[in-house]
Amino acid sequence: MELLNSSLLEWSRAQFAMTAGYHWLFVPLTLGLGIIMSIVESIYVKTGDEKWKKAAKFWQLIFGINFAIGVATGIILEFQFGTNWSNYSWFVGDIFGAPLAIEGIVAFFLEATFISIMFFGWNRVGKKTHLASTWLTVGGATLSAYWILVANAWMQYPAGMAFNPETVRNEMVSFWSVALSPFAVNKFFHTVVSAWGLGAAFVSGVSAWYLIKNRNNDFALKSIKVSAIFGLVSFLLLAITGDGSAYQVAQKQPMKLAAMEGLYKGHEGAGLIAVGMLNPAKKAYDDNVDPYAFKIELPKMLSLMGYRNINAFVPGINDIVAGGYALPDGSIALSFEEKRSRGQKAIEALANFQEAKKAGLDSEAAQYEAVLRENYPYFGYGYLTDAHQLVPNVPLTFYSFHIMVIIGAYFILLFLVLCWYNCKKKIESTRWLQYVALWSIPLAYIAGQLGWVVAEVGRQPWTIQDVLPLQAAVSSLSAGNVIITFTLFALLFTALLIAEITIMVKQIKKGPED
Amino acid sequence: MITYSFLQEYWWFIISLLGGLLVFLLFVQGGQSMIKSLGKTEDERRLIVYALGRKWEYTFTTLVTFGGAFFASFPLFYSTSFGGAYWVWMLLLFSFVLQAVSYEFQSKPGNVFGTGTYRTFLFLNGLLGPFLIGAAVATFYTGSAFAVSKGNLVGLGGVGPVISQWQNPLHGLEALFDIRNWCLGLAVLFLARTLAALFFVNRLDDESLVSRARKYVLYNGIPFVVFFLTFLIWTLVAKGFAVDPATKAVSLEPLKYLNNFIQMPIVLIFFLLGVVAVLYGVIATVFQTGFKKGIWFAGAGTVITVTMLLLIAGYNNTAYYPSTADLQSSLTIRNSSSSEFTLTAMSIVSILVPFVLAYIIYAWRALEKKRLSVEDLKTDGHAY
Repeated sequence: MELLNSSLLEWSRAQFAMTAGYHWLFVPLTLGLGIIMSIVESIYVKTGDEKWKKAAKFWQLIFGINFAIGVATGIILEFQFGTNWSNYSWFVGDIFGAPLAIEGIVAFFLEATFISIMFFGWNRVGKKTHLASTWLTVGGATLSAYWILVANAWMQYPAGMAFNPETVRNEMVSFWSVALSPFAVNKFFHTVVSAWGLGAAFVSGVSAWYLIKNRNNDFALKSIKVSAIFGLVSFLLLAITGDGSAYQVAQKQPMKLAAMEGLYKGHEGAGLIAVGMLNPAKKAYDDNVDPYAFKIELPKMLSLMGYRNINAFVPGINDIVAGGYALPDGSIALSFEEKRSRGQKAIEALANFQEAKKAGLDSEAAQYEAVLRENYPYFGYGYLTDAHQLVPNVPLTFYSFHIMVIIGAYFILLFLVLCWYNCKKKIESTRWLQYVALWSIPLAYIAGQLGWVVAEVGRQPWTIQDVLPLQAAVSSLSAGNVIITFTLFALLFTALLIAEITIMVKQIKKGPED
Repeated sequence: MITYSFLQEYWWFIISLLGGLLVFLLFVQGGQSMIKSLGKTEDERRLIVYALGRKWEYTFTTLVTFGGAFFASFPLFYSTSFGGAYWVWMLLLFSFVLQAVSYEFQSKPGNVFGTGTYRTFLFLNGLLGPFLIGAAVATFYTGSAFAVSKGNLVGLGGVGPVISQWQNPLHGLEALFDIRNWCLGLAVLFLARTLAALFFVNRLDDESLVSRARKYVLYNGIPFVVFFLTFLIWTLVAKGFAVDPATKAVSLEPLKYLNNFIQMPIVLIFFLLGVVAVLYGVIATVFQTGFKKGIWFAGAGTVITVTMLLLIAGYNNTAYYPSTADLQSSLTIRNSSSSEFTLTAMSIVSILVPFVLAYIIYAWRALEKKRLSVEDLKTDGHAY
């Protein structure tokens, strides 16, 4: 047990968070800018107007710079499941590996093959073939997002699997329950549409910079025309899919929902916090300190979002620990201690099952298997020692969620204004709007990162909801190894990020002319 | 009838084939290791980078797919090897991260570190990539020190919940103490360089570069053959890790890999055909000045040879990832695979592979209608 000290766990988590966070700096621009450059090229093919071609080529150049570093930061993520979460890889590899393999076979090759035609094919293939290649590149990237989000969604909402005590792992029993889980489908749309929104914010912001500098105005206005409409549609879809996410989180991850709202004591007809601040003095769920410094609520909205019923009971953190409230299906929620005791029973039954099998005592083994099956839904709780481990970092989840939502609402407004001014042909002359669009670019990045913080921090301590907590998932390494790789990758990614930004800024300053 | 054993063998074949394709595609890395030495002028070096730059993503994607497919079909390998031989895999990944940005960034203004740095990155990936992959694959025949005990998860082992426990604190770097691992690592490195030289002979329209590349085929082909034969003969005469099909017990068996070839003559025949194709590609390119098709012979030969070599590591009751610390922990295609359900589902997905190959071939041909020259660097909008 000494190996599995908290330092190893913390560093392994930090490494995953750091590499995933870096990767997500680049992926959304790939997905979002990808669609925009494809639309721009489609307009060129349709109209034959060389100015649209120039615009398409420019955005593809920016896309390429960003794409390379997205690829670079992505490879580590796939392999990290094996290198740093070895037990996880065995325990659920039978289910989790498949989407990763499909991602490679179906999506990455599509992306890698057609991006070469997109970049090198302008003089070598016909106009329409080139356009098809551009769309296929983005299609491949989007498809890859689908499969990796299927994998992530499955961790949060395990479905389509059964535990096999002989092999000591979960095994897939329904491919479609995994691949088309409602959680996965909603997560895909929410995530991809957020990427589109970021792409739109990026293109609008960069175009606004040209207008501020009063150069390449025609190119900038053409680009904004596409990005403003695309951005508005994206952020509206984002609100709808975000609502879908909240509903699903309420069903399967009530603790995450409670942390998102800083809700300790649940009640019926719960309100959604519009603006609020947590009380920094609150240190633990059971310290009886008032959780809020102040809050402004939208009455009954949380109940409506989470349970589609304005009077539904929304459990708070304390309720989830203590249990005893009625669940939507009519059953009574178990307390943490009850779940933990059932988890321990499941673990013990699995141990006894294995020893009975080894000794050739099949009928005894069958009895242990029955105990195991009965208690398996709480298997992961058997590894926890204290109810405090069940509570994620509330301030981080709370603020990430609320800032993300506020930024999302802000972008709906911004794109409405941009669309309006575009309609009235007044963008070119409205200086303040150009500055606002330019300085909004970082906000889109922040919102995307915060979204992942909510999703991933909010579900702690689980690598797989209710089934496998972090401490049973991590590899058997000494913390020193992970500290070194963390440092190496942090330095390298930071250096590459700096290079990427300066290259991009240079290219943007150079402009679409050359 | 599609049985569970058939599916396990099918997936070992797919993994072996992906391994073969990956080693062939390492010609990109081989080329990266000779940008400075093969190219004498800046134009020549840019041309080399340009020729490789439209291919590097295939190698990269194949590596990622190889990893994903291995995870999906043999997850116990994924958890044991990656979590155990941590440093080998991390160094490999690190070198591929360096590669991924280096083409796109190297000649762009504002790249902060300068063209030379990015070319050094490519050089590092060119050396480390093939060498580490070769050395890691060599451990399929020489073994590693680990123990697998599923009881650990429920507290039966007394070492915490982790099922796969690596027994050496160097976490994979200890593989470098085995000369046989070095032999395969160096063999793959020189093979990658040989293939790269053959690729340049085929693709470049530049007399001085091509004639130099021909010489490079010879200079790298010879050490490749020496290291490869050393590894091969050593492995064939060494003890191998045999599995008793009835008891599943693993034991050391003299001449195991040689016996595998003899007991699976089709594998042996394809292996020999592959070797002949590689040698023909190399020798014909060196001795016939007009011969440009060496890469296709040597490339196809590489795919076949490597695939067959991996088949004898896993087929015919052999443990493909043997443990020297605890023989009974060794991984076989039976005890490390995914469930029958998952392998079936994945097999249905694998029907898409010919379709993927078809569009790769289409794209390759669309871009390679004519050979590349320095002139192309001036007219192409996306030259590096």
